[in-house]
Amino acid sequence: MQKDPSRIKVVVATDCGSTTTKAILIEFVDGVYRQTHRAEAPTTVEAPFADVTLGVANAVTELQELSGRRLVDDDGTILRRASLDAADGCDMYISTSSAGGGLQMMVAGVVKEMTAESAKRAALGAGAIVMDTIASNDRRRPHEQVQRIRELRPDMVLISGGTDGGDTKKVTELAELIAPAKPRPRFGGEYSLPIIFAGNRDARPAIERTFSTGGFDLKVVDNLRPTLEREHLGPARETIHDVFLEHVMAHAPGYDRLIAWADAPIMPTPGAVGDILQAIAKGRGINVVGVDIGGATTDVFSVFDGSFNRTVSANLGMSYSISNVCAEAGMESVLRWVHLDMDERELRNRVKNKMIRPTTIPQTHEALVFEQAVSREALRLAYVQHKAFATELKGVQQQRTVGDAFSQEESGRSLVSGMKLDLLVASGGVLSHAPRMEQTASMLIDAFEPEGFTELAKDSIFMMPHLGVLATVHERAAMEVFERDCLVMLGTCIAPAGTAVAGKPVMRWSARWEGGSAEGTLMAQEMRLLRIGERAQVEVTPERGFDVGGGPGVAVKREVRGGSVGLILDGRGRSLSVPGGAEGRRLVAAWAKALELYPD
Amino acid sequence: MAKAYTPGLTVSSRVRYRARRLLPLTGRITVKLGDRVKATDVVAQTDLEGDITPMKMSNLLSCAPRDVPGLLLKPVGSAIAKDEAIAQSKGIFGMMKVTVKATASGTIESASDSTGMVMIRGAAQPVQVRAFTSGRVVEVLGSEGAVVENDVALVQGIFGIGGEAYGPIAIACARPEERLEASSIRSEHAGCILVGGARMTIDAIRRAIELGVAAIVSGGIDDADLKALLGHDLGVAITGSEKVGITLVVTEGFGDITMAARTHALLASHAGHAASVNGATQIRAGVMRPEIVIPLADEASGDAHVGGGATAGELTIGTPVRVIRDPWFGALGTVAALPEPPAVLGSGSKARVLEVALADGQRVTVPRANVELIAG
Repeated sequence: MQKDPSRIKVVVATDCGSTTTKAILIEFVDGVYRQTHRAEAPTTVEAPFADVTLGVANAVTELQELSGRRLVDDDGTILRRASLDAADGCDMYISTSSAGGGLQMMVAGVVKEMTAESAKRAALGAGAIVMDTIASNDRRRPHEQVQRIRELRPDMVLISGGTDGGDTKKVTELAELIAPAKPRPRFGGEYSLPIIFAGNRDARPAIERTFSTGGFDLKVVDNLRPTLEREHLGPARETIHDVFLEHVMAHAPGYDRLIAWADAPIMPTPGAVGDILQAIAKGRGINVVGVDIGGATTDVFSVFDGSFNRTVSANLGMSYSISNVCAEAGMESVLRWVHLDMDERELRNRVKNKMIRPTTIPQTHEALVFEQAVSREALRLAYVQHKAFATELKGVQQQRTVGDAFSQEESGRSLVSGMKLDLLVASGGVLSHAPRMEQTASMLIDAFEPEGFTELAKDSIFMMPHLGVLATVHERAAMEVFERDCLVMLGTCIAPAGTAVAGKPVMRWSARWEGGSAEGTLMAQEMRLLRIGERAQVEVTPERGFDVGGGPGVAVKREVRGGSVGLILDGRGRSLSVPGGAEGRRLVAAWAKALELYPD
Repeated sequence: MAKAYTPGLTVSSRVRYRARRLLPLTGRITVKLGDRVKATDVVAQTDLEGDITPMKMSNLLSCAPRDVPGLLLKPVGSAIAKDEAIAQSKGIFGMMKVTVKATASGTIESASDSTGMVMIRGAAQPVQVRAFTSGRVVEVLGSEGAVVENDVALVQGIFGIGGEAYGPIAIACARPEERLEASSIRSEHAGCILVGGARMTIDAIRRAIELGVAAIVSGGIDDADLKALLGHDLGVAITGSEKVGITLVVTEGFGDITMAARTHALLASHAGHAASVNGATQIRAGVMRPEIVIPLADEASGDAHVGGGATAGELTIGTPVRVIRDPWFGALGTVAALPEPPAVLGSGSKARVLEVALADGQRVTVPRANVELIAG
């Protein structure tokens, strides 16, 4: 039963990750909700403990020690307050989970660019890792598709295809490929593999017949693409969450108890992050991109004009996947961000040694510079993948005028726009734990290439998952904590979009802040850092051919937020190109100096 | 007490080893509790369902899907051979009939009247699981597999490629710091598990493949050589299915790196003994490291050991450790001091550190995350 939000003053939230369970305490202090303490303990899903609640209890016990408030009962469960005056216990306990590899799904749709893509969007939005997308036109022959399905061991399968009232044959064919392939679930023999059908409603009888034998648990929901022009992902996403709780979580050790403890449904971690970013974008009326770079994967979330998208780049990460980043980007691309002399053969061995011993940390300045260079490429590649996925619906009929005949734009344009982006939020070890905030800001700018005015922030202790679940039950508390405690503001980047020509000016600028002011001309390939404190009034006049949001050559005057870094002026133009060789090294060294990345 | 990460790599002259041998799905167990088995004996087998080959029969016959079941020349459930006629159209007044031949051999599994698709299920594929180590069957796991136990000498590597291999141990490098070159590999090494010293060169690996060496175990490998061997850059450390004609196990890491003297001495002491090797490595949750298993002749008791797995061990003054990150990557030493407060590293990060007295007499400060315990 939903609790009365006015009676929730103390909240314990946990995020059960693959290796660490992170707990935070949120309290109502002086009229606002604040995150007051945090603690962590190793996750205990794997043997010999095999009970996730042990790790949760350990993390909450640490929280109890730090806060002085008793939170764990004698029987090891989370203690609840008897009344609002009681000094011990909490009013609500919530949790997210990505332990045990998170939620892994296979999705299928008739047309790769249409229903299959919508199905993938639904799965990713719900917080899943999409192992493969099967489509009638994915260029694999049917027996290759069958072979692939047999190799995968998903937690569940989502099938879509056909618009309501349209053709039923293609989607039935797809089901007829999947059923005899008998994909085996990850959690072993006695588990009936859940199949969620969210396709043409007229195909339901045929689909039900196809999956009636063979040990499947079929769930039929509304079509996620009822017409070509409309995506309707809500019911499919909700069913994915339900199945995640009923089947996947129920098979993971100790989750039955965790589910019983929690006052809101346990969400997959990335699903919760997506929810909080959507809430923020909606609340502030802005466009947001969030990134979480881990050891194995990188998640990118975006909300542009209210449209939410999430991608998981499965093999772009900083430890387990570091070698793959170098392979995919190419060592040359990684090394263009390095201003020091390094031996490539030696670096290749270092990368592999990090891969096989993933917990090590850079000790030397050179190792840090190289690791941050790899992270720029991992983030850049993940963002490229995200932009290609976060598009307008494809296959939609468009009315075109004669004027449009000269435009090259097709349906399926990316929703992600560097110029429209207002806030870029970073999380994940290499970004959160960089020795200097300037380094975090620099990695973000180099990888995401924001245009115009963009605020930069980081979620230093990865609190977004907790707040995502909290937002489902107490939106105000989630928003207040997000604004006050979750985000560490780094500052603002102003980057005129346009082609920078060496030796030519890019924009004139002036800035006034409390206790100071400055003005000047930003030259091509120049970076500049202004320590502006919390806020500044700025006026920028881009040169002809450059745009900071008002249009080419149009001046913009506005207030910008500072932070622990300040205001960064980026005169390198867009798209960003870094020459190789000595010239590139000279430029990268100059940018590092301008942004005070590595002070002596 | 301070803890240090160790990938749980065991180097032990005697350990009670349990090989948990599982089928990918349920099947038949060919051994009984208490049976004595050899490493290459089959302990369980099953048949994987054959591949499915779909045929879009309504398109091939140019007919409506609902007509397909009636146009099959053999009923569903019948055996069919590749190129055998499987269906025929009615034609026009009995003329101009179209005959479709099966594109695969197997059994006709289904014929859909809503899509016109016919599925042919290929012959079942037998899968056998061997004992991997000689020993005694101590547990039968229902119809999924069996556990074979023995006292063995065990060496876990840090990284490997290729699957299970068997053969006698042969020593190619007399000293652990000796690089494994092609010239060290001779024709009598065919079928052997060859022990090198420091880095194995690409020429040595190619020579070993040419001569039919079963596996190589050495201290290091150059990433450029691994890439040349695989034909691609290895992106993530999930290996075991490579088909390069040999199994490789690296005990220390990438680059020019000497095999730990203790590891080399242990392997050398078993020259000529039968051993089993698995190069499969998985560095993710549920970590799996490559192994060299040498069953011991006598069955005295040892400490129980099942598989690898990351563990945390206690760090105290005098604990032997290996530095696992540059600038002292691969250096061996002992813990000399464990300062409590975090220190600022050369990178600018703050981290908890320790002081290591290196074997060459140097005393260096490294982050605690960058050492591993080397006691086996």
